[in-house]
Amino acid sequence: MTIAFPLPDAAILARRESIVATLRALLPSECVIESEEERRAFETDAFTAYRKMPLAVVLPRSTQEVAAVMRYCHEAGVKVVARGAGTSLSGGAIPQEDAIILGLAKMSRVLDVNFADRTMRVEAGITNLAISNHVMGEGFFYAPDPSSQLACTIGGNIGMNSGGAHCLKYGVTTNNILGVTMVLVDGTVVEIGGDALDAPGYDLLGLVVGSEGQLGIVTEATVRILRAAEGARPVLFGFDSSETAGACVAAIIAAGIIPVAMEFMDKQAVEICEAFAHAGYPLDVEALLIIEVEGSDDEMDAMLARIVTIAQQYNVKTIKESKSALETALIWKGRKSAFGATGRIADYICMDGTIPTGQLPYVLRRIDEIVKSYGLRVANVFHAGDGNLHPLILYNVNDPDEARKAEVAGNDILTLCVDVGGCLTGEHGVGIEKRDLMRHQFTEAELHQQQRVRAVFDQNWLLNPAKVFPLEGRLA
Amino acid sequence: MTDILLPKDEAAAVALVQDLRARKITVNLAGQGTKAKIGRPAQDELTLSARAMSGVTLYEPAEMMIRALPGTPVKELEATLASKGQRLPFEPMDYRVLLGSDGEPTVGGMVAANISGPRRIMVGACRDSLIGVRIVTGRGEAIASGGRVMKNVTGLDLVKLAAGSWGTLGLLTELTFKVLPVTETSATLMIHGLSPAQAVDAMARALGSPFEVNGAAHLPASIDRVAKTLLRVEGFVPSVNYRIDSLRKLLTGFGSIDLVAEEASEALWQNVRDARFLAAGDDCIWRISVAPSKAPLLLEELGALPQRWFMDWGGGLLWIATKAQADAGADLMRQATRKLKAHATLIRAPQSIRAHVDVFEPPLPSVRVMSEGIKNAFDPDRLFNTGRMIAGL
Repeated sequence: MTIAFPLPDAAILARRESIVATLRALLPSECVIESEEERRAFETDAFTAYRKMPLAVVLPRSTQEVAAVMRYCHEAGVKVVARGAGTSLSGGAIPQEDAIILGLAKMSRVLDVNFADRTMRVEAGITNLAISNHVMGEGFFYAPDPSSQLACTIGGNIGMNSGGAHCLKYGVTTNNILGVTMVLVDGTVVEIGGDALDAPGYDLLGLVVGSEGQLGIVTEATVRILRAAEGARPVLFGFDSSETAGACVAAIIAAGIIPVAMEFMDKQAVEICEAFAHAGYPLDVEALLIIEVEGSDDEMDAMLARIVTIAQQYNVKTIKESKSALETALIWKGRKSAFGATGRIADYICMDGTIPTGQLPYVLRRIDEIVKSYGLRVANVFHAGDGNLHPLILYNVNDPDEARKAEVAGNDILTLCVDVGGCLTGEHGVGIEKRDLMRHQFTEAELHQQQRVRAVFDQNWLLNPAKVFPLEGRLA
Repeated sequence: MTDILLPKDEAAAVALVQDLRARKITVNLAGQGTKAKIGRPAQDELTLSARAMSGVTLYEPAEMMIRALPGTPVKELEATLASKGQRLPFEPMDYRVLLGSDGEPTVGGMVAANISGPRRIMVGACRDSLIGVRIVTGRGEAIASGGRVMKNVTGLDLVKLAAGSWGTLGLLTELTFKVLPVTETSATLMIHGLSPAQAVDAMARALGSPFEVNGAAHLPASIDRVAKTLLRVEGFVPSVNYRIDSLRKLLTGFGSIDLVAEEASEALWQNVRDARFLAAGDDCIWRISVAPSKAPLLLEELGALPQRWFMDWGGGLLWIATKAQADAGADLMRQATRKLKAHATLIRAPQSIRAHVDVFEPPLPSVRVMSEGIKNAFDPDRLFNTGRMIAGL
């Protein structure tokens, strides 16, 4: 437990009753949560090692209600932590004692679908998968697909600029959003972007996406929807070493092929996922690639034939092409349940660094050495095409020494990612988890420049203030 | 005569900007100046050019990334990529065709103007491929944002602010892009004789199909006798053949369809990319971004204002030529764009018109406040290109 939270503001804590009373006056009673028992559900997110009890939780039903809450909190100097579904793996939605949680759970409607323009207008609390499900009947979908897509919200995706397994072809959240309605810290409602492909002036939308709830509260979004391919089919490749698997990925790209997904799992991850999902993964290999192509049956046959030819040049040991929709679903179930399946056998923390893919063999070897040096185990799953790693460090949460070692090993891995030319986080966000590592990636001048831009939106550090930027040396 | 400052590297640029700041000297930022005629007229005598900082500094084809200094000619970057069978995904247009300017467009200028082309509808704009920048701010500090990996959510995304900021925030000193392989082949379907509304409908159906159309443009009869609606597919040969056949079937109801073969297709799309159809003469040229389905309404609102026009991006991008007189139609144009939540940029106009007409869409008051804050955060003393996009910024 090495991550510090700022000391709560005693004056705010002392005013808790009057703050809650005012929130109750602003919102219907079912939208304000104050009992300790009910607040407990909001004291952490998917970064469960850290917990803080929020002052209160509000669940507004409209942009106007969000604006009313923000106006009051701004006047009263109350901090606000935005929350979608609370699936953040970096602690982005963990509250602090002197802050309220502003949850978007009651704002989950689809407001408009425009198939001609291939856009959809939704409220920020809708889940990622519900967006796709809403237009699936017409053959459309929303492209970014984080593993948590069943639960995570588009508001949270915007906050963290979430990715997913298929972003090699379709991009991440920032590439798939056209506009947002955002409530500023003082309650002003602004429209950023719109329904056209680009907006005038500075790219404020690009700035808001990935800003981790520090610039405002996004309440609505216009997202791009895409027509789904006629079909999709994955192939499994097993290799004797991660080096040859990595070389195979590079060769596929060099041949001008951009598969819709290229996922890598190491032996440990394969064993864990296979035991859970019975996906038919080969257990006698050191590295597994799941490569998916899209198109008509003939197109997929032709593309897979090219990919298999390349894999054979890299001594692929096992080739298994999906022969049915059921097999395809199973193959993805195995990969997408990697985190959940790991959670069944041990506690884990999930890293999210990105590296230049050429560094893959070196980084995997170093990860293994680092984790072993702390007497722990690691399972590796990651997006091979883009170098976004997800080492899962296994430990026992009830053993404080192991928990500390896991955290330190994680930090070592992330600094390694930066040192080889990559970054701390590819799609999970900085949150509190990587906050104190930011100095490893950025200079003081860079952190200050980001904070100057942040201050344009929130001069007084009221919005999700314990996150992203190291607590020491912040610009006032 | 205007003087030009030519720092040879980032360290020199930092020293130069610190000196400018200390002496409160303001400058125009430029590469080779091929887009100098876009925007409100330059306010400064002195130009700071990135052209002496040139060259590709890192290229990893297997990682699909390339890094270059800002003064690198776009042509050179593209040639480097082509040598390994790759390209910039977003098909940047060449403004020299419309502006009649000399010199070579540079990578820094391409980013500063966030320039994209027809393929933007499928693969995103320049800002979507830009994964890292270094920039010398008006505070005289060199900072980095993003990096060399294509998935990176570490800290605020200042990369996006740099793209399309027209040199108002700082001097770009290094740019990193994700890139894509060149496709094996391309082909274009041409539908004849559609009205604007029919064309937008046909393009929406094609773009809403699973056949990965990555170019969708419409040239009305005023451009070339008979209206032509163009739909492009790129990829491996068997895929392109299959998708072209499928699209033909999908669009049977829209009238006669021809196939334009690869070479002619490439030339055609280059003309769409560069808006070459509107280049001749001295008309003013507007570039309008709008939700595609509203493009026909926008044309109705504009009535007889357009002398010539055409659409790209399935209708989402309208290029319109107006007479080079009075306000070049700005009053009517802005009424229409406000009504339809579109936005218009006056890309080509004589300096006399640009001096009194808003070249970029005027921001809403709330956006103006945020934009001023961002300008102040990067360039508090208003050293760089102040007023080029919006008066005072």
